[in-house]
Amino acid sequence: MGIERHLNDTVHVTNLEWFVNWARKSSMWPLGFGLACCALEMIATAVSRYDISRFGMEVFRPSPRQADLMIVAGTASKKMIPAIRRIYEQMAEPRWVIAMGACACTGGIYKNYAVVQGIDRHLPVDVYIPGCPPRPEALLDGIFQLHAKVMKEQSIKDPRSFPLKAAT
Amino acid sequence: MDQETIKEKLVSKFGDEVVQSAVAFRDQVAVTVPKDRILDVCRFLKEDPELLFDFLSFVGGVDWYPKEPRFEVVYQLYSLKHTHRFRIKANVEMAEDGLGHIDSVVPIWPTANWHERETSEMFGITFLNHPDPRKLLLPDPWNVYPLRKDFPLEGTEEDTPDLPRTAHAALDQPSE
Amino acid sequence: MPEAATRIDRRSETLELNIGPHHPSTHGVFRAVVELDGEIITKVTPYLGYLHRGYEKTCENKTYHNVIPLAERCDYMAASGNSLTYCMAMEKLLDIEVPERAQAIRVIMAELSRIFSHLFWLGTHGHDVGAITPVIYCLREREDIMNLFELTAGGRLMPNYLRIGGLIRDLEDGFVERVRAFTNIFDSRVDDYETLLTKNPIYVDRTKGVGVLKPEDAVALGASGPMIRATGIPLDLRKTQPYSGYEQYDFDVAVETGCDSYARYLVRIKEMRESNRIIRQAIDRLPGGPIRATKPGAVFPPQEDIYTRMESLIHHFMLVVEGIKGPVGEVYQATESPRGELGCYIVSDGGPKPYRLKWRGPAFVNLESLAVMSEGSFLADFIVILSSVDIVLAEVDR
Repeated sequence: MGIERHLNDTVHVTNLEWFVNWARKSSMWPLGFGLACCALEMIATAVSRYDISRFGMEVFRPSPRQADLMIVAGTASKKMIPAIRRIYEQMAEPRWVIAMGACACTGGIYKNYAVVQGIDRHLPVDVYIPGCPPRPEALLDGIFQLHAKVMKEQSIKDPRSFPLKAAT
Repeated sequence: MDQETIKEKLVSKFGDEVVQSAVAFRDQVAVTVPKDRILDVCRFLKEDPELLFDFLSFVGGVDWYPKEPRFEVVYQLYSLKHTHRFRIKANVEMAEDGLGHIDSVVPIWPTANWHERETSEMFGITFLNHPDPRKLLLPDPWNVYPLRKDFPLEGTEEDTPDLPRTAHAALDQPSE
Repeated sequence: MPEAATRIDRRSETLELNIGPHHPSTHGVFRAVVELDGEIITKVTPYLGYLHRGYEKTCENKTYHNVIPLAERCDYMAASGNSLTYCMAMEKLLDIEVPERAQAIRVIMAELSRIFSHLFWLGTHGHDVGAITPVIYCLREREDIMNLFELTAGGRLMPNYLRIGGLIRDLEDGFVERVRAFTNIFDSRVDDYETLLTKNPIYVDRTKGVGVLKPEDAVALGASGPMIRATGIPLDLRKTQPYSGYEQYDFDVAVETGCDSYARYLVRIKEMRESNRIIRQAIDRLPGGPIRATKPGAVFPPQEDIYTRMESLIHHFMLVVEGIKGPVGEVYQATESPRGELGCYIVSDGGPKPYRLKWRGPAFVNLESLAVMSEGSFLADFIVILSSVDIVLAEVDR
């Protein structure tokens, strides 16, 4: 490849959209939304054995304003829905949602009056991770799928679509 | 002290009619008392020096629909000093307002506060003179008693809906 | 003077602060509304139910064996303790005698679960107080224990290893050596954790005298486990009403008299050491023999027999299709979980499903004393007190 070889491969040439997507996926800060048992496996992913810090995600922000990724880990009961919805709306775009565990995906083993049968009834979910609870490797695999999805996103709008303001 | 002796003490203090039925199963005895004597019986069980049941493990309910009387309130007791256990039950029938009524034992064992709140919201039993009769586990807008036998497991759309996303239903616009 | 009167009136307004349900330090979805006068808490109103999953109603619709995984998810920090309580209640109902090897292995699983739960508590409690280091170290130990759980029946967090009548399968080769290796290094690890917090002046200042629960209040409010043992009352169901062979093991009950959060911390550290002692004794004395009782109609026959003998195949089939036909009656069985008295009350009407299953969760009852302990203290102490109660929301809300 032309210019990179001339510069002794010290430079990488790409387009802006790839660059923005790469920056977004390399330091996606999760919002620790651990509701039930899956939260323990999420925390186990964050500490030294399954180190999520390798992927730039060890800063679990308590505040939704500072987070990009909401990992809904655990059972969402119907009483909790207004709180979940309010927290999701407080997150700034770009934001993604991972439904971790069987209870968040579809309600899990709790098919009864008190449990929401899947949080995708109320939130737009990007990646579903099944398991009860999913192993930390499964959570990491789901996160990689999300990274792949983010790399393919159209994050920069076509510049030609911005209307030019005429100078008056 | 074994279970039969405890039952004998109860009978000798209050008379035979206080023990409506006593079921001995495995090594445990469960005594059913009339619901209007429950406060006297519980006070005796707590204060008598040979019994000293000062630790209430739980207060629970059982729904025997369609048998009458419909509900049964169960009190499981433990004595710290004598390390024996005992179980007291009281039958509660359903009144015209669709609820059962029984005295609250919070004056005797303060721990019964939350147990009775949970039992009352799950079964629809009113505990008289309870200091704080609010709902505990279920959402406030619901008006159902889930642990009753005639309530379906999955609830119904009208009675147990997914709660609205915001307090103001008019603002519930789907944003995605 | 009229201005002074209005100034005093304004000062008497309290501030209502909402804590939770999404909060980094509430250990789950717990909500409390505290009324503050300046920084002093005057009233605490807990709001529960944000993780209410309809556990008791769901159990009424499942066969007796299908309840075991549901029960394990009730207290997800010490899952084997839950299935132990439920299986023992069922064995009492059906009058089944569990063989000695199964009892010893159940004790090992229950004590490993106790260490498991206390390690997580220690990590998150340190995190709430402000010490971030214990989390990383305690969770490293938990990975070792999760490897042991995985060796038994495959699940890291909820191994689902116990069955009514015994265990599902015998121990793998190498399990005993790995447990022994774990017990050999664990005492020195607890010493490491103690160097971080026990004599740390910041930690002692933050927890000594904070969250005082007097003994008579503890008994009246039904507190059990470390909450009541930290007030000087030696209530431990493993000693007062022993079960599953605990009377054979030699261990002390961890009791402190401080009545505050620091005493609860010391009790839990001591309990971890005692649990290690029990595991070492159980592993040294592990008897041989079957790992499940024989009772056709209630207990699954051994796996090898199902493939070779006709009667076992028929028993297995009838058990799966029709379920257990139990007697009519009711039982209450309580065990000592890491949080306190965990009780299971089962009413059976002779059918294959429980008629009523009531779960007495110790975290639910211990949380009642939160209001009594935190009124009059600072808001920062509220977080410390809440974390010293050691709640698991799935048990509080069921």
